Amino acid sequence: MTAGEPKVTLDLALSHGLTAEEYDRIIRRLEREPTFTELGLFSALWSEHCAYKHSRVFLRGLPTQAPHVLQGPGENAGIVDLGGDLALTFKIESHNHPSFIEPFQGAATGVGGILRDIFTMGARPIAVLDSLRFGDPADPRTRRLIEGVVSGIGWYGNCFGVPNLGGEVGFAAEYAGNPLVNAMAVGLVSKRRIFRARADGVGNPVFYVGAKTGRDGIHGATMASATFDETAEERRPTVQVGDPFTEKLLLEACLEAMATGAIVGIQDMGAAGLACGCSEMPARSGTGMEIEASRVPQRETGMTAYEIMLSESQERMLLVAARGREEEVRATFARWELDAVEIGTVTGDGMLRVRFHGAVVAEVPVRALADEAPVYDKPTARPAWQDALVAFDPPALAAPSDAAETLLALVGSPGIASKEWVYRQYDQQVGINSLVLPGSDAGVLRIKGTRIGVALTTDCNARFVYLDPRAGTAMAVAEAARNLSVSGARPLGLTDCLNFGSPERPEILWQFKESVAGLTDACRALEIPVVGGNVSFYNETLGQAILPTPVIGMAGILDDAEARCTQWFATPGDRVALLGPEAVSLGGSELLWLRQRRIAGRLAPLDLVVERAVQEACRAAIGARLLASAHDCAEGGLAVTLAESCVSGPRPVGADVDVGSIGERADLTLFGEGPSRVVVSVKAEAVRHFEQLMSEFRVPWRFMGTVGGERLVVKSGGTRLVDLDLHRISGAWRDGFERHVS
Amino acid sequence: MNFGVVIFPGTWSDCDFHYVIGEVLHQPVRYVWHRDANLADFDCLILPGGFSYGDYLRAGAVAGRSPVVEALPEFTARGGLVLGSCNGFQILCEARLLPGALMRNECLQYRCQSTHLIVENADTAFTRAMRPGQVLKMPISHGEGKYHADAETIRSLKAKNQIVFRYCTENGRVVKEANPNGSMDNIAGVINEEGTVLGLMPHPERAAESAVGGTDGTLIFHSILGTLVEDGSFLKR
Repeated sequence: MTAGEPKVTLDLALSHGLTAEEYDRIIRRLEREPTFTELGLFSALWSEHCAYKHSRVFLRGLPTQAPHVLQGPGENAGIVDLGGDLALTFKIESHNHPSFIEPFQGAATGVGGILRDIFTMGARPIAVLDSLRFGDPADPRTRRLIEGVVSGIGWYGNCFGVPNLGGEVGFAAEYAGNPLVNAMAVGLVSKRRIFRARADGVGNPVFYVGAKTGRDGIHGATMASATFDETAEERRPTVQVGDPFTEKLLLEACLEAMATGAIVGIQDMGAAGLACGCSEMPARSGTGMEIEASRVPQRETGMTAYEIMLSESQERMLLVAARGREEEVRATFARWELDAVEIGTVTGDGMLRVRFHGAVVAEVPVRALADEAPVYDKPTARPAWQDALVAFDPPALAAPSDAAETLLALVGSPGIASKEWVYRQYDQQVGINSLVLPGSDAGVLRIKGTRIGVALTTDCNARFVYLDPRAGTAMAVAEAARNLSVSGARPLGLTDCLNFGSPERPEILWQFKESVAGLTDACRALEIPVVGGNVSFYNETLGQAILPTPVIGMAGILDDAEARCTQWFATPGDRVALLGPEAVSLGGSELLWLRQRRIAGRLAPLDLVVERAVQEACRAAIGARLLASAHDCAEGGLAVTLAESCVSGPRPVGADVDVGSIGERADLTLFGEGPSRVVVSVKAEAVRHFEQLMSEFRVPWRFMGTVGGERLVVKSGGTRLVDLDLHRISGAWRDGFERHVS
Repeated sequence: MNFGVVIFPGTWSDCDFHYVIGEVLHQPVRYVWHRDANLADFDCLILPGGFSYGDYLRAGAVAGRSPVVEALPEFTARGGLVLGSCNGFQILCEARLLPGALMRNECLQYRCQSTHLIVENADTAFTRAMRPGQVLKMPISHGEGKYHADAETIRSLKAKNQIVFRYCTENGRVVKEANPNGSMDNIAGVINEEGTVLGLMPHPERAAESAVGGTDGTLIFHSILGTLVEDGSFLKR
């Protein structure tokens, strides 16, 4: 049956990343030895990347439902209802491993992959965001990675024509060998025209559309399912090469073909390529699929069925059309100068049958590939290092002597400084919907033809997650939601990108388990469903794991986009107020990292009931047009938040505030970090109304001072702690990132 | 006054121009496919931004040889106007319908940012609603926008008043700091000798509504409409 293919042995299976147990399981399931092509299919579909073998048991309890959720996890992307005929689809995905090996193409194809996930749903992409983590910025390798990753993300999105609406960039030595590149894409779809990755209708033709298949990316999914060692750079051939121009044509052709009504189902060929599409689509529909691999358009000669099935060449889709309407599909793709080749049919026997020049080279139940990968419930163990981490007491360090200089150093630190160096390389406006560009807490888009707006953010403070995975992850969800609420938007759903080390280490799996528990806590309390996501394990090189980094991508709705809010002070005379609890900590703070390059201490407590009330109060105040600004109080604490409110807008505006009694430690009050806090400026004429509203919502809050002038003055009971010219703050903040990374 | 918005493979500002002309300015507008050389129905053609053919050769090089672009000389000869923005400007230069070339930004990076433009020539069909010396705010979004021409061409452009927009500060000073891409003489937009073809790197369609980037970009459309509306009347600001 498989003339000329290598003989399948246990050793060969092991070299494909399968375990001996998994190989046994395949033999038992097939009741025979797999062929070489079948082994390839199993190794890809049963990889951690595709099968979530180690994470599945933990993810089962996530809240994924709400009346407005039209599609939860399990499809290419989740979908939430925007009202009327409109829905929003979004998803975040990692491309960490490829981006370390080849930063430009790795990051670029990460954007390409997530965009395809969005337009396979029938949506037109309207935004991307990117959440990035790198090692110490002083390390020249870090600079090379940042430059490659940022230009790769920019190149793909800019050429494709989608605005970048925000994201984050964070640094810690733990990411040196494993940078994180998480890309989120967002699309707008008509509820009547949502497409799913299904192969319904026995006898329907299966089309291969898009770019031709080459040998690039073979075993990419398997590569992403193992840790790195010193040979990582030798794996460059497993990284795909992107072609955003073809992706743009594919987008237009797919949307046009979908509009004809000739398309039954469609799936992106991303990780594990044809192997994945040809098994997952029929598995979802309870059907089978038979294809002739030699018909797949190829850009290299002499490719084998194995290579064709496992290639991760980009910009390709697998679609099932309605029998009899093949010409409409072909004509649409021909207009866009793309291949659309009928490579097979949907069958009723539940098998994936791959022929190569007529001969059957693989014949496997689709469910065995797509649904029957082993699920592991591996041991977890609280790391021995955890106690020592939280036992550290930052106030044991001497307080910094000069608060003003400390503030300047903080606003200029690479994690806090303006990220304009990054986002000015990204088109932020194509589509002319961008109401709030990158540089505020959330990006905001209008939806043409309606009054509504959509707010988008990504967030994760990995230091917090490292110190307390459960509370830290809940804080990441809370902060993402806060980013939306301070923009005036109500969160609709989230997508998570859970980046961790090797799940085969009980300590890492403990971090993961706790993190998912925290995600669940926060989603329940804030009533935000998880509509999709991605797990990225094995972010580990030579035994050094990354900080646990569960990045939260979140989308929210503004019923009236005109009522949006931004983070910067606007008008002299407005009153500055702090909403939220007083509790803060220097544990895991930016200040501690700045002074000691150290991540340790206890976190301030998170009370999700208070969090929810603060966010509701903030949204109500914005909706009633009482606020001129609202800014999440996060990294760097209160003083940094005030400084950003002064200098991040189109015109610097000063403020004079009194933080009240500070006890013995001014640095704790100024730079301590805690959840659920928001700095707002209340329009002078709306003060009375604002006071009433805050008492209705029963949230802790207080006035702190007044907007105006050309200095930021922070006092405590009359003592000046900080008194800085805005030019100095602005200079430090605007130049800080570039100074550190280029 | 019929507008056509040309779509090349890889164009992405097509929808934005279509929206601004149709929904904001309420003018008749249709898309034109790149293979379509029949332009009889149109008075003004827009060559929008994007990455036609991926800009994999030189930006605009392939699209500059497409049927629709080859039909432009005849179109302008019978009175049609052509506005190329961003990739459209690159295509017009590649097609030799405008002098000069657009090269990689001096910073070697893509730039998406707000810029200010000073109106150097308010006596064209595209700028008649503007004042000479007026400062406009319009965003750019490109990796290859550094305008370059040989010394003789630059001299000729100046002599014939073909430099229409230059990058400047908010206060109208034409200085290096205001030049986002290293363009010669801060040149942001030029017009052909006949005054029928304007190319500029900034995006007027992204500055057509106050909620998204201001309204200075609409002055180009008001100028065009003022020229071609039958009674020729429009407000000179």
